[in-house]
Amino acid sequence: MKEELVFPKVITGTHGPEEGAGAGTPWPDDVPPNQDDTWYPLRDDPWRARQVEVLIALLWGVTAICGIGLMIVYWTGGQAQLEGVLMFGGFAALAAGLVIWARKLVPGQEVTASRGEHTSDPDERSGVVTSLERGTRPMLTRRGFLLKKVLVPVGGVFGLATLWPLASLGSRPDRALFHTKWYPGARLVTEDGRPIRVDDIVVDGELTVFPEGFIEDAMSAAVVINIGTDKMQSRTVNGFNQAGFEVGSGPNGIVAFSKICTHAGCPVSLFNVLSMQLICPCHQSTFDILKSCEPVFGPASRPLPQLPLGVRPDGYLIATRDFVEPVGPGFWNRGSEP
Amino acid sequence: MSTLADRAAARKRAERSQGVFDWLDDRLGSSRWLRSAMDKIFPDHWSFMVGEIAMYSFVILIATGIYLTFFYNASGAIVVYHGPYKPLDGQHMTIAYESVINLSFSVRAGLIMRQAHHWAALIFIAAIVFHMGRIFFTGAFRRPREINWVIGTTLLLTALLEGFSGYSLPDDLLSGGGLRILYSIIQSIPIIGTWVAADLWGGNTFPGNGDFFPRLFVLHEFILPLTIAGLLGVHLAVLWRQKHTDFPGPGKTERNIVGSRFWPQYFVKTNALLLFIAGVVFGLGGLVQINPVWVYGPYESARASSGTQPDWYIGWLDGALRLWPHWEFRSFGHEIPNPFFPGILIPGIIFAVIYAWPWVDKRIYRDYGEHNLLDRPRDKPLRTALGVAALAFFVDLTLASATDLIGSALGVAFETLIEIMQYGTFVAPAVAGVVAYRVCLRLQRGAVHPIQRPVGGIMVRDAQGGYHTLGAPHAEEHETGDEHELEPAGAAATAVGEGTLE
Ligand code: HEM
Ligand code: FES
Repeated sequence: MKEELVFPKVITGTHGPEEGAGAGTPWPDDVPPNQDDTWYPLRDDPWRARQVEVLIALLWGVTAICGIGLMIVYWTGGQAQLEGVLMFGGFAALAAGLVIWARKLVPGQEVTASRGEHTSDPDERSGVVTSLERGTRPMLTRRGFLLKKVLVPVGGVFGLATLWPLASLGSRPDRALFHTKWYPGARLVTEDGRPIRVDDIVVDGELTVFPEGFIEDAMSAAVVINIGTDKMQSRTVNGFNQAGFEVGSGPNGIVAFSKICTHAGCPVSLFNVLSMQLICPCHQSTFDILKSCEPVFGPASRPLPQLPLGVRPDGYLIATRDFVEPVGPGFWNRGSEP
Repeated sequence: MSTLADRAAARKRAERSQGVFDWLDDRLGSSRWLRSAMDKIFPDHWSFMVGEIAMYSFVILIATGIYLTFFYNASGAIVVYHGPYKPLDGQHMTIAYESVINLSFSVRAGLIMRQAHHWAALIFIAAIVFHMGRIFFTGAFRRPREINWVIGTTLLLTALLEGFSGYSLPDDLLSGGGLRILYSIIQSIPIIGTWVAADLWGGNTFPGNGDFFPRLFVLHEFILPLTIAGLLGVHLAVLWRQKHTDFPGPGKTERNIVGSRFWPQYFVKTNALLLFIAGVVFGLGGLVQINPVWVYGPYESARASSGTQPDWYIGWLDGALRLWPHWEFRSFGHEIPNPFFPGILIPGIIFAVIYAWPWVDKRIYRDYGEHNLLDRPRDKPLRTALGVAALAFFVDLTLASATDLIGSALGVAFETLIEIMQYGTFVAPAVAGVVAYRVCLRLQRGAVHPIQRPVGGIMVRDAQGGYHTLGAPHAEEHETGDEHELEPAGAAATAVGEGTLE
């Protein structure tokens, strides 16, 4: 039986900054001299030490049991909650054992040492510049040194050329942001492709629509709303008086607006019938439908573009043309098209 | 005699180790370095573990993340789902989303790995922020540690990107909405915005041409983690070189370092911490649901719901987008759209200030010297107040990202809340800063300084309700009786025991 735990004695001493050879080691002062490295809290109490050892062993036994449990759980099909409990148990018991070990049985004391110097001496400091100058001075101080003048533009041109392939990542933005897939005569269809008639939308009803054939096109999403007998103030945009964008269904007015928030592009998907407002769930920009979807609250600063509507003789709702302004959030040259 | 046998065994062991290290040293000359590494001293203070928590969460992120990469499929192609999770049966979704659903429901141990990964990410960034707070409030960034402050800030930035990119991979309704907003923010950058957005997503409008998810994946599981690992390596190498700071206390000076050695004490403890964090992360991963993307559903561009939250560390950005007024700048046919200001400019300024802080601090305190001993936050009331004010600012922004939730919980209109929080961006930091400043001064007056002698004695309550301390050092009472100003212990008094820190 063990009577005491024996650790090989660590030879301590200075291996600090000696003079001459070996001086200038990176961290010369970390080893303090004459510390008792064999001490640990339970050194003089073998019986307690033994108890603590047993306790740690038991904890690690828990880890082993959790490990076996994990394998069983896995073999029998897996179950996340059980796996969580067992993983926690296994790791935590292992960690707890280590902590007790560190506290009671790991040898060594708090030590104090000099921080030492981390700066180099002045000779080294000036030496580094001397070394640098060895290369640069003879070249750069020569009058009319041609290569320096050449290297910069050559590097610039060639560097730029090597960056060129990055342009393959995407296509030119061109006018893509100015148009959507709405075209004259496009029927309004729902998300599952069903075309809608002018009398499909009840008073105060609201529907999300896409141009027929383009139900996957995110930029073309629009909402069509039956505003009942309310009167909507119309705006004039890019020379188009939008009063004509509204169609009637009996006494009721039907209007459609882009569903892409002019703030940061979320779908404006909340509809408040009582106040006749569209609200964007992302940052709560609120658009007043009866004011042509002017923003009345929140960070959006532009109205939702209005879709010009028409009704086919067979009653289907169509767009008479694309939006007359770019939809969605702003961008640098948004205003550049008439 | 067993003791003798033990001794002999120990000698044998030492000889064997000697052989190994000699082999190495013959080839690398490594012994000197290894020895100083094992003897390296680490001060003990709980707040120094926070950086380690960040580091170990990162280790767990890598481990669980590698597992996830075996199952995640970064494709934007559309499929129809037919799998064990019935509510989604027959729905159209991207392969990316489907692979996450399969990972959660059809891969054994997939769910716990996924959830542990997500929890580890949340803890990782929380630990970074906490770590940064301890560096800031204790002045650990002062010379010579400015380099680590700068590297650390870059780590924070990279970690935020890493978190956001990972959050976006499943292509669920929530993260898809977040990507849409990100696209708009990038698009809002003057002149180059539309180009950059098109080049990141492929194609020229949102959601691009399907190249995006593979790119996002490469960013998330290759470029950003490697960046973090590389920066972290430098961070730790610099720490190693400069040695750790420490709080002032008995026997501690600017020129010495007090603590336990790397081997064996620190080594055992730090491994215990790693294992404990692993336990917590996997425990949470198994027991506490996180990011249930099957509940949110696949991303559809025309859908969004209210009351949804991004991961906590993105909340402040979302809040900034909500609070920034409806301003846009338009002239000469050009515009700077609204999201540019809260989405690019404000975060840009914030990070610029963070990067520059060590140098700002030098000017404020006219202190250009080297410091190895830390400040107690109360001893630098201005810095502390500014830090607390900054935290209040972020809390306000983060709360703003939940205006719809808070509003419906309290029965207050979100309009009112937004307005309150808009004022809050000025008021909250001001109030919090002033309070923090006052508290610092009060604490300064009220407690023993660690380099003074620790206070002993017995506190008694007298018939009048006042308190007195029996025994030296003597505490005098002031004004109210609850505020003590303690006589500094005489310089001659020898410091014993541990100082009262914090
Ligand atoms: C990935 C994120 C990070 C990890 C894993 C990390 C890890 C660590 C670790 C383990 C330490 C030593 C222990 C400690 O003091 O807590 C440390 C020290 C330090 N860190 Fe970080 N860190 C991270 C981010 C940051 C950030 C965001 C900052 C500040 C902007 C920062 C600034 C520092 C400084 C100045 C030190 C030296 C502290 C001293 O000697 O007292 N680190 N870091
Ligand atoms: S995207 Fe609609 S309010 Fe921000």
